[in-house]
Amino acid sequence: MFETLQERLSGVLDKLRGRGSLSEADVSEAMREVRRALLEADVALDVVRDFIARVSEQAVGATVVKSVTPGQMVVKIVHDELVNTLGADNQPVSLAAAAPVPILMVGLQGSGKTTTTAKLAKRLQDREKKKVLMASLDTRRPAAMEQLAVLGTQVGVQTLPIVTGQSAVQIAQRALQAAKLGGYDVVMLDTAGRTTVDDELMAEAVEVKKVSNPHEVLLVADALTGQDAVTTARAFDKALGITGLALTRVDGDGRGGAALSMRAVTGKPIKLIGVGEKMDALEDFDPQRIAGRILGM
Amino acid sequence: FTKSKFDAATLDELEDLLIQADLGVDAAMRISQEVGRQRHERGLDEDGVRKVVAAEVEKSLAGVAKPLEIDASKKPFVILMAGVNGSGKTTTIGKLAQKFSAEGKKVMLAAGDTFRAAAVEQLNVWAQRTNVPIVTKEIGADASGLAYEAVETAKAAGVDILLIDTAGRLQNRTELMQELEKITRVIKKVDAEAPHAALLVLDATVGQNALSQVELFQKTAGITGLVMTKLDGTARGGILVAVAEKFALPIHFIGVGEGVGDLEPFIAADFSRALVGLD
Ligand SMILES: Nc1nc2c(ncn2[C@@H]2O[C@H](COP(=O)(O)OP(=O)(O)OP(=O)(O)O)[C@@H](O)[C@H]2O)c(=O)[nH]1
Ligand SMILES: Nc1nc2c(ncn2[C@@H]2O[C@H](COP(=O)(O)OP(=O)(O)OP(=O)(O)O)[C@@H](O)[C@H]2O)c(=O)[nH]1
Ligand SMILES: [K+]
Ligand SMILES: [Mg+2]
Ligand SMILES: [Mg+2]
Repeated sequence: MFETLQERLSGVLDKLRGRGSLSEADVSEAMREVRRALLEADVALDVVRDFIARVSEQAVGATVVKSVTPGQMVVKIVHDELVNTLGADNQPVSLAAAAPVPILMVGLQGSGKTTTTAKLAKRLQDREKKKVLMASLDTRRPAAMEQLAVLGTQVGVQTLPIVTGQSAVQIAQRALQAAKLGGYDVVMLDTAGRTTVDDELMAEAVEVKKVSNPHEVLLVADALTGQDAVTTARAFDKALGITGLALTRVDGDGRGGAALSMRAVTGKPIKLIGVGEKMDALEDFDPQRIAGRILGM
Repeated sequence: FTKSKFDAATLDELEDLLIQADLGVDAAMRISQEVGRQRHERGLDEDGVRKVVAAEVEKSLAGVAKPLEIDASKKPFVILMAGVNGSGKTTTIGKLAQKFSAEGKKVMLAAGDTFRAAAVEQLNVWAQRTNVPIVTKEIGADASGLAYEAVETAKAAGVDILLIDTAGRLQNRTELMQELEKITRVIKKVDAEAPHAALLVLDATVGQNALSQVELFQKTAGITGLVMTKLDGTARGGILVAVAEKFALPIHFIGVGEGVGDLEPFIAADFSRALVGLD
């Protein structure tokens, strides 16, 4: 698809080869193709608009050098701006707070919160030698707590004992208490999935945040998300003040435009990507790779 | 919509509205152009414009909005649920179990996700909740073996409908897709016509990738129909329009919540109205 964008751009631009600089008309024609490519990659429309405006500004008047085609040149400008928008440097999950450091995981139903919680706990334990406690605050989904407990056993990370009948807020308080008493470095709070229009559950999340005072609030989101990415990211950020994103199912064949959308509307860094169901399938975010994927490279 | 007649600016706004509902560029363009070609009264207000668009979207979907027909002569009528991770397969099985039981059918579940942590327990809760029997094996067991046994057990027990859960899998993971293909193959050893329905569960929040999901699951698992979940959130699920145009697969149900009753038939008119923001 990268080829397609480049080819399409060649179609509209390569007649300019060797002819000074890109005019506004050339660029606006090229941007139609860029717009389509981004939309096909699921970048949200509003984000596409802003992005195109920024890229256009850079491209208009750019001198066409002999060694590359105008199409290649525009693709490079687009690519670099994608990387810029995605956040050029990787920002790791921060543990720079008093132990036990609370990390809150939130997101829509089925986005990968529980799996990512366990993956991250394993990583913090194995790589950073942290003592981690995980707790499931999901009082709703059938066997959600058992799922985290099973994963905990798999990765050798403690989970808070399940006590039925407690609310999410009560479990959060119990987890913090247990983490303090047990001398844990990190306490990870996995929450139930929720839609952003579910006022009751969004209020519950806010309450959980209030009592746990998390150092990181990570929005776990599906890389296959379409145009809804902006609505979801905005709503979670507004309600909870997220500190970063974890993007799951990057092992799929999706183009991953949601990464750009969510990053652009929240300004929050993508800190982790999930690349499989297994517990070691968690990687640092690499903007080059995602930019390439959005462009179909 | 600032202008009330279908001039170029209005059509662009229409196209944007449809793109934001995940129809994709091509379907959005086609529909907004089609709306533009039609002769509409001038002076339509915003609601009026939306109604016209909804009607056009509905045209694409009317032909695929079909109830799931259960052939009572098949005993058991075997339904296989498939889809990518987290799309809502297990939950939808729970909802279907409730619906079929309420219709007086004898239902059985098969916990065919022998991979994901606590997947069996999750379906078990649904079996208890809906008061239907369930066939399970331990985690790590061969999923096709479980499916085979379940069909045999259901047959022996005179079950009307057997709902088989499967592990979530991304459609580009060849080895996992082969495993799914094997499940269908093994089921056929008990009943050559089974599974009688293979439902692909699509998450409404997913964008253009749903096209690839439908294509590859259909190829491997012989998908006969679709269910779209999570329409109670902010996602509109407009990719179904592109899916309908490309694959013409029946769409049976929509999921509108996590509760046992949160399953509705797919109604083209209602879906189209919601998609453009009416109601
Ligand atoms: N392929 C793939 N699957 C993933 C990834 N992350 C999670 N999953 C799978 O996605 C499904 C849902 O993951 P969960 O961790 O249960 O999601 P959740 O957000 O906790 O779900 P709820 O608690 O029900 O809202 C499971 O089948 C996971 O194995 C990933 O990076 N890649
Ligand atoms: N809001 C909403 N949530 C839903 C709907 N259907 C399912 N869910 C939720 O989505 C999450 C994932 O559902 P599951 O049924 O576990 O999905 P699955 O496809 O079986 O997941 P895996 O087996 O892990 O691949 C759960 O939290 C469900 O409660 C729906 O229609 N609306
Ligand atoms: K999703
Ligand atoms: Mg969970
Ligand atoms: Mg499941």
